[in-house]
Amino acid sequence: MQKLTHIKENPSQTAGPYVHIGCVPNFCGITGVYDQDLGASMVNDQTKGDRITVTGSVFDGTGTPLKDALVEIWQADANGIYPNGDPRGDADQNFTGWGRAAGDYDTGVWSFETIKPGAVPFPDGRMMAPHISFWIVARGINIGLQTRMYFPNDPMLADDPWLTRIEHQNRVQTLIATEKTPTTFQFDIHLQGPDETIFFDV
Amino acid sequence: MTDGPLFHRDRNWHPKGFTPDYKTSVVRSPQKALLSMNTTLSEETGPVFGHEMLGDLDNDLILNFAQPGEMALGQRIIVHGRVLDENGRGVPGALLEFWQANAGGRYRHAKEGYLAPLDPNFGGCGRTITGDDGGYAFRTIKPGAYPWPNGVNDWRPAHIHFSVFGRSFGQRLITQMYFEGDPMIPLCPIVRTISDPDAVAQLIAPLDMNNTIPMDARAYKFDIVLRGRRSTLFENRMEGN
Repeated sequence: MQKLTHIKENPSQTAGPYVHIGCVPNFCGITGVYDQDLGASMVNDQTKGDRITVTGSVFDGTGTPLKDALVEIWQADANGIYPNGDPRGDADQNFTGWGRAAGDYDTGVWSFETIKPGAVPFPDGRMMAPHISFWIVARGINIGLQTRMYFPNDPMLADDPWLTRIEHQNRVQTLIATEKTPTTFQFDIHLQGPDETIFFDV
Repeated sequence: MTDGPLFHRDRNWHPKGFTPDYKTSVVRSPQKALLSMNTTLSEETGPVFGHEMLGDLDNDLILNFAQPGEMALGQRIIVHGRVLDENGRGVPGALLEFWQANAGGRYRHAKEGYLAPLDPNFGGCGRTITGDDGGYAFRTIKPGAYPWPNGVNDWRPAHIHFSVFGRSFGQRLITQMYFEGDPMIPLCPIVRTISDPDAVAQLIAPLDMNNTIPMDARAYKFDIVLRGRRSTLFENRMEGN
């Protein structure tokens, strides 16, 4: 028999408690190596779209917020085009699409200043409701957790081709942010418990 | 033929979330099954980074935090290798970020309490972007082993943390590199979150005497493999669409 030539992905290991040193050194007091931490700024004053703040905390199974989590997000621009690799065209040049934030050492709260993304298509062409992809790492998390944040009161949610594939529809609300003000959305992530966020193997 | 969905992750090759010997994982691991999905544009696209953002010393941890004319203390090493995808193709333009303890096993971090001293000339972070063939290299000092609060006498083997970006947000990976011959590796509860010995072996960098710089620095080789993408040989669509 012939052999397949695929090779294996490197196994993951936890980011550990000192992830800040490598990913957000200025945040943890290591200054003078990089000008600024990557992912600290997603928008500038030319960016098109509705400005929003996305904030939240990551909670462990005891209900305690993680003080050492690192959260990254990736999203489309206001027209629903991703800034890199999108075959449908060029995105807003003034939008990075990618953000990285560390939880506050005392409270665990993280936040992003961004814009509301547009809808993007599912592989079969149907449109997915506007959403932000999340990737969460921390001490005690052996492989980065993937989830998505959707926006409340969005009429596209009911027919979203991703969300409608979820068997337990009573869990879908764990993916929907809470509107704190018209421009501020809170998205708390629960690693365990009755409100455990849906995490994806995708 | 264009790039299709990302290969599914082999969740038996990766560590599971719940690994009670690594105690912190007990309350930080999802208890419900991950929901398996095929990738969409949201996972197949991702941020890319240009070489122009790199400073001259970003890939030199011996100098990038040192006072002028000084250097970090420790055994000088070069870490090099390639970033590949599961199809064996080099991944150009991949951003690698790395961080580590100093030669005494101490991190420069507010929450670090180990009694080993800080090195005033060592910050512990670096980064680089792969070249056209997926190759990369950086210079550093070999980190020390250190004790950590898990069991009463658990020690981390010497290691370097890596954060890796490919072309897709769904390829995002954080892992750790260990050093050939270190007797601490099989004792470590974090290493042991990985159950397949071949997967552990993939994280151990061999000494590479051919790329060692005589009278200066030894070399270790560490290749990093990211998820591959399917070729869209046939579209999974209803006839007539």
